[in-house]
Amino acid sequence: MLTVIETRQIFAGETRLERVVFYLASFVAILIFFVGLAFRVRKYFAGRPLDLSRFRRKHLDRDLLGITRPVPVSRSIHEIASNGTVSKRNRGVGLAHLALFWGFLGLLAATTILSLDYDVVGNLTRIFGHHELSFFTGHFYLAYNAIFDLAGLAALVGLVGLIVRRARSTSIALDYKRAQIPEDGYSRARMAAGDLLFAYGLLAILVTGILIQALRIDASRFPPYERWTWMGYAIASAMHGIGISSTSAAAIHLWIWWIHIAMALAFVAYIPWSKAIHIMTAPANLLVRDSSATRRLPANNLDHPGYRSLDDFTSKELLSLDACTKCGRCHSVCPARTGGAPLSPRDLILDLRQWADRSAGLSMVLDWEQRPTASGPLVAGGRLAGDVILPATLWSCTTCMACVEICPVGIEHVPTIVSLRRSLVDEGTMDPTLQSALENLATQGNSFGKSARMRARWAKGLDFDLVDARKQHVEYLWFLGDFASFDERLGEISRILATVLRDAGVSFGILFEDERNAGNDVRRVGEEGLFEMLVEQNLAAFAGADFDKIFTTDPHSFNTLRNEYPVYGLDKPVLHYSEVLLEIMETNEGALANLGGRVTYHDPCYLGRYNRIFEQPRRLVELAGCELVEMPRNRTNSFCCGAGGGRIWMDDSVLTERPSENRMREAAELGVEQFVVACPKDYVMFSDAVKTTGNEGRIKVVDIVELVAEATRLVGAGSAGGEQG
Amino acid sequence: MSGPNNGVMVVLEATAGRLSDVSLELISLGKDVANSLGGPLVGVLIGASDVALTAVGCDIVDCYVDFGTIGYSSEMAVTALSARVEAIRPRLLLAPTGTLGLDLCSALSVAFDATLASYVVGLSVDAGRIQATSQLYGGKLLADCDLGDGFAIACVVPGSAVALQLGVGDVEVSNHSLDAIVGSLAIEPGIRHEPEASGVDIVAAELLVSVGRGIGASANLEVVQELADALGVPMSASRPVIDQGWLPKPHQVGKSGKKVKPKVYLSFGISGAPEHLEGMRQSEVIIACNTDPNAPIFKVAHYGTTLDLFDLVPELVELVEG
Amino acid sequence: MNIIVAMRQLADLVEELEVDSSGTDIDREFVKFVSNEWDEAALEEALCLKEAYGGTVTVVGIEEVDFHQTLHAALAKGADRAVELTGDFEGWIPTRQRAAALAWFIRECDFDLVLTGVQAADDLNGQLAGAIGAMLGVAHASVVTNISVEGSEAHITQELGGGVTSVSRARLPLVLGVQSARQAPRYVPISRIRQVMAEATIEKVPVTGESFGNTPQVLRLYAPEASGTATMLEGKPKEVASAIYDVLVAKGVAGSRKGN
Repeated sequence: MLTVIETRQIFAGETRLERVVFYLASFVAILIFFVGLAFRVRKYFAGRPLDLSRFRRKHLDRDLLGITRPVPVSRSIHEIASNGTVSKRNRGVGLAHLALFWGFLGLLAATTILSLDYDVVGNLTRIFGHHELSFFTGHFYLAYNAIFDLAGLAALVGLVGLIVRRARSTSIALDYKRAQIPEDGYSRARMAAGDLLFAYGLLAILVTGILIQALRIDASRFPPYERWTWMGYAIASAMHGIGISSTSAAAIHLWIWWIHIAMALAFVAYIPWSKAIHIMTAPANLLVRDSSATRRLPANNLDHPGYRSLDDFTSKELLSLDACTKCGRCHSVCPARTGGAPLSPRDLILDLRQWADRSAGLSMVLDWEQRPTASGPLVAGGRLAGDVILPATLWSCTTCMACVEICPVGIEHVPTIVSLRRSLVDEGTMDPTLQSALENLATQGNSFGKSARMRARWAKGLDFDLVDARKQHVEYLWFLGDFASFDERLGEISRILATVLRDAGVSFGILFEDERNAGNDVRRVGEEGLFEMLVEQNLAAFAGADFDKIFTTDPHSFNTLRNEYPVYGLDKPVLHYSEVLLEIMETNEGALANLGGRVTYHDPCYLGRYNRIFEQPRRLVELAGCELVEMPRNRTNSFCCGAGGGRIWMDDSVLTERPSENRMREAAELGVEQFVVACPKDYVMFSDAVKTTGNEGRIKVVDIVELVAEATRLVGAGSAGGEQG
Repeated sequence: MSGPNNGVMVVLEATAGRLSDVSLELISLGKDVANSLGGPLVGVLIGASDVALTAVGCDIVDCYVDFGTIGYSSEMAVTALSARVEAIRPRLLLAPTGTLGLDLCSALSVAFDATLASYVVGLSVDAGRIQATSQLYGGKLLADCDLGDGFAIACVVPGSAVALQLGVGDVEVSNHSLDAIVGSLAIEPGIRHEPEASGVDIVAAELLVSVGRGIGASANLEVVQELADALGVPMSASRPVIDQGWLPKPHQVGKSGKKVKPKVYLSFGISGAPEHLEGMRQSEVIIACNTDPNAPIFKVAHYGTTLDLFDLVPELVELVEG
Repeated sequence: MNIIVAMRQLADLVEELEVDSSGTDIDREFVKFVSNEWDEAALEEALCLKEAYGGTVTVVGIEEVDFHQTLHAALAKGADRAVELTGDFEGWIPTRQRAAALAWFIRECDFDLVLTGVQAADDLNGQLAGAIGAMLGVAHASVVTNISVEGSEAHITQELGGGVTSVSRARLPLVLGVQSARQAPRYVPISRIRQVMAEATIEKVPVTGESFGNTPQVLRLYAPEASGTATMLEGKPKEVASAIYDVLVAKGVAGSRKGN
């Protein structure tokens, strides 16, 4: 009796010549793949070595996971496996990509197993043993088919989902229109072609793969055990049903098989020369990304300030350029791009990638931008910051970190932008208003160009004396920052905060004229030397004062004091005033008036996205009895006011719509009466935006402390009235 | 060389066929000092002689007519004036703060070891000693100083005295030639370039809306531009705004820009440096908007406000547009 | 092309200046001193000239508060030599004294141009360019806004006021008071200044007993009377706007089209 062996014949029907052709083609394809990969890897190693030490470095006591301490590799692996970064704020795409991701990995495993059986085990046993062995039989064979059919289906469904979504999408994320239009024009048709080739090529490979399976089953006249190959069996039955006989199936099978093989091998060879490289670079980039790099910018470790050439980049940065899939999410969320500035984080990365590839003598098959005349990334011998990436583009960044937050492949745009800005600062290429701000910061320690001695002038309007932390011990050192100290509109808010704290019995003091700008935005402008000078001056002032903790008004100062100063030696806890206020309010909860009213709250970039303080201000709003209505873009997706990264010192007349105006229109949709902020720069930006968007009299910008003060004052007045009655 | 007599010498300039405003102010100032000292008032006119007769306060006017035709040279001015000082030996020389005054005064003070005071806004004579009041630190401080009993020079800020009325008086005019000087100059007489003509004429406007450094960013210019458009008047600006490139040069008001006398000068964010005040202080009504209550412009303005321009301008636009 | 740039420190005008107990000078103790802004323009023009024609730029000035910062910044921007004249210099230095010390130093140098700021806000005693020129016996010009050089000649542009300019051909050497440079003074990053501070040296040259002649004697220094002539308009923006509008209408410069 003939035993049924559940297997299939590998190379059923191909001649010896065809097998030679197959192996030769495979060899060439794999060779092209590895050569391409080697070139890419060599490009990455042209950069400064990966700083992997940060993963084992002894961290400072107050380093926070994901903020100043990189996320552990295990978490990155989990995010890669779950496609968590892809599905963030885009669940549909995330699920489709997850199906394709695991389906593709499954099919890769299937092919690898097959090759292992036939090419490795088979060959070894044939040469060294008595007869050829194969494990591709029996239960293993059945399980293999059942499982990898599922992978094939998942990949197919995922890919079709992604293709349909892309074809139907009208999102600006995917139209590839540049934010900065070169004078002579440009074409990204080849980029779009690269996408189509990638997507439809992969689809064709999947479909032909499934077809040959079905055709084989049809041709082999439906062995019953092949029911385990459930998808192939079903399709084969359907084919048979519409009249494809087993004989004709056998004939077509060979053709389709060759087509499938040719496309699959071509795809392997194509990977390192196209967007498809992201299947390797994206997970790699997610593994080595440094979530702390944007919050705690790396110092300039070069022998010259700022990036000028390929070897100034870190390997990680060069890798991340190749990880970009042009998904355009950063393009959508960028406040500069939204406002009509010439910056799009996506364009920046693509331009840098094209420039880096050219510098390394590499090329992409498609996936390149073309221009009639050499400019931008195509320019030969120009300055990196200045010609390849235009100054106006680099100066447009508000360092709001929305791009870093949303990037599914872990690109950190902001540190790269700052490194490029350092080159511009070194050359003195900057807005005249920025230049004068920096000069003022260098001479008087503030950007307002006012005398340092005027810093505490706002306090003159108080009916009590502020404690001088240089003369007397205080629990909290209050670090106001420039805006809360010098801006006429903010003096009143500083006085309210001082009064609330005094009334609550908080022990706090200030540094008076010894406080300097903390330097957060100075550093992000790219003036590293001035930042260091300000750090030294502030640390000297701290050393001359007696306090336990610091709290700041300004979230920007908060970021640098909390995350960057410890590197220079600050060893005191740093808080934001919303945290301090919440502590006070929670202990006094019973004694707060219910203010009522519909309000919305704007997350400042440097408080929320940077430092993950989302709930404290919201809790304050609640405690004051207001109804909090969230804007559609909130928390990690909050939309920048446009002031950060030194933008507040620059000319914004190039913008078609200021980010703050865009944000105010979002708030206006909600029908709220008050727009609550927790940042002095926000107060300034949005107070202007209320007027320029015609919402004056409808929406009022209030600082969170104004709500707190109002709630406390009403209670105070109420109880006083009670005593009289 | 004899010591100085009690005469006062004033440096006069002719522009556009008449004595300049500051020349008439200098005559008025010089006349007072000459009267106190009991000496003559001698004018040295750089330019056309036919206007010399209008220098009514002067006893004598020495004319260097050639300046009007052969062009300006700082060295030529110094040489010519040195010759007149040498000849007349005045007790006090008055020159206007401006290119001519800056070119002349320091050099003459060294050459004749004269006591020089700059940025002078007032002069007096006390027991034979000349005293001057100078405006320093961008108008933030004033200094009273003693110029001694020898030869003194005062470089006077325009607008420091009431200009003498133009007239035709009994003036002794003598013409002097520059021929002997011209040949040996290291700095040759220059070629004069008139300001570029432009579409805007801020000088002719009856109302000017003017902006200064205090507006902060060029974007804020739009806000003010809206007001100017609503009023249908040109925008003008102080030097920092022009230097930033926010508005073209023909819009500049001040010492190195244009001198304007509109019926109303409405300024935003202008602090009022002396160089700017020189160009607009003769406006009939000056309204200043500046958030700094200590801004010097409030000293020349008729009306002032410290409101933020963002608060004020939209309200004004609304009123103007009715 | 050898250029000497004379620079100096000046009380930062953003400070609230106070008069000291003598009543004849500002209180110099707590005031921040910064480089004179016109000197910065002179330095910028000198650096531009050096870039265009080659040569050297020497920056020189008198020992004053924080003058080293100015010299270091100048070196960082591209000056070749920084010289500090030391000696008996205290408080408010008269222009004549400053000029005498500078002329004493410059006389010994090989120079084509001496550039300095057209003025400084405390120039009670005249401006530097004319004084240095007269002391050196070299022709000078003030309010210069442009300089170009051809061989041993220069073309200099002077502003004559009211937008009128005059362009003269002149023989080198010259002493020029610079009103503005062809471009805004460049920014120099602090890191480069700090590098210069670590590496470069400032030459200290002692000046002794240069006589400088007559200068005015300050009797009293004081703030002008605070009460300006302006009537301050108080109230809400709407009220102030209305008051301003009334003035415009009263003067006949607004409101005529209101009837349309």
